[in-house]
Amino acid sequence: MVAGSRIVAMGHYQPSRVVTNEDLTKTLDTNDEWIRSRVGIAERRIADTETVADMATFAAEKALAASGLSAADIDLVVVATCSSIDRCPNVATRVANKLGITAPAAYDLNTACSGFSYAVGSADHAIRAGAARHAIVIGAEKLSDVTDWSDRKTAVLFGDGAGAAVMSGVPDGEEPGVGPVLWGSAPDKGDVLRIEGWRPYIEQEGQIVFRWATTELAPFAIEACRRAGVKPSELAAFVPHQANTRIIDGIVKRLGLSETAIVAKDLVESGNTSAASVPLALSKLIERREVPSGAPVLLFGFGGGLTYAGQVVRCP
Amino acid sequence: MATREEITSGLGEILEEVAGVNPDDVAEGKSFTDDLDVDSLSMVEVVVAAEEKFGVKIPDNEVQNLKTVGDAVTYIEANA
Repeated sequence: MVAGSRIVAMGHYQPSRVVTNEDLTKTLDTNDEWIRSRVGIAERRIADTETVADMATFAAEKALAASGLSAADIDLVVVATCSSIDRCPNVATRVANKLGITAPAAYDLNTACSGFSYAVGSADHAIRAGAARHAIVIGAEKLSDVTDWSDRKTAVLFGDGAGAAVMSGVPDGEEPGVGPVLWGSAPDKGDVLRIEGWRPYIEQEGQIVFRWATTELAPFAIEACRRAGVKPSELAAFVPHQANTRIIDGIVKRLGLSETAIVAKDLVESGNTSAASVPLALSKLIERREVPSGAPVLLFGFGGGLTYAGQVVRCP
Repeated sequence: MATREEITSGLGEILEEVAGVNPDDVAEGKSFTDDLDVDSLSMVEVVVAAEEKFGVKIPDNEVQNLKTVGDAVTYIEANA
């Protein structure tokens, strides 16, 4: 029997091409000051030849190498994405094939920007139920494929990338490293954030999304902490979806974090990468050793659907 | 029931806090975006704070109709 699961290791990948705000002013009527003050983004990475599956694979490869496990140990691959143009085979089986994982359960999951926390929750449930022993959970997006580069309202917001976690079962008697997921949605508000039709481009009602995110989400984030038995003031770090620094600040204001808690602001250098934003930011915190191993970190995703999900995890 | 002057002055306090606007500049004829330099996201913060301060509901679809301080005062006066 297992007591639960934990994140063993993380990895991430971003394309090498940096697109600064200044670069965007060459084709759009916008400017660096406007983007920084409204959104908080300075630059983003944009894929040239990489597909969603390529970026997912590169991130998963790093996480797997850091975990000490081998491809043969993995029996579940979950990929959170809302931007993969290739539908079948799904991204998860493409990743498995490239990594030499021969017979895993493999599926994609689309809850847009909350995808990684949904995927961690799903993998945790599979491990608890005995349906999997070791999982790779990935958030990967190529939002540049679904961005209208002539629309200055949206083109300044998004980026490409992937982050991955290796998750394993925790034996009975030991403390699980992944807390209960708090997940949900507000389907009646679904039409305020869309990637619809053909060909699909991201569109959103920015004010309504901003109001929802800054006024309604903090109680859910606090509830995710309560379910894990951790007070917000005890968190070592908060890794929210990286959409807008003003949304992050608005949620933080209502959370009650300690003064020393780290609040991830990876969007400054990565833009909004939807389902990839939380694992990208978390993987970088770990790589820079900013959070000690075992320390509690609150992950919280939110976005299209409108959907949201979060959980407290112990830093690997 | 608050007077229009009291609502205007209350909005001035909110605008100072969320958007750094000088409360002396806040008057009924002023446009939030053009005169007071309140951006679209700060406008949302103003609306949320005004709901709390004046005990009024300002739905999402109403926010775009509040172009001037006077528009907001009229809405709050009618709905508080």
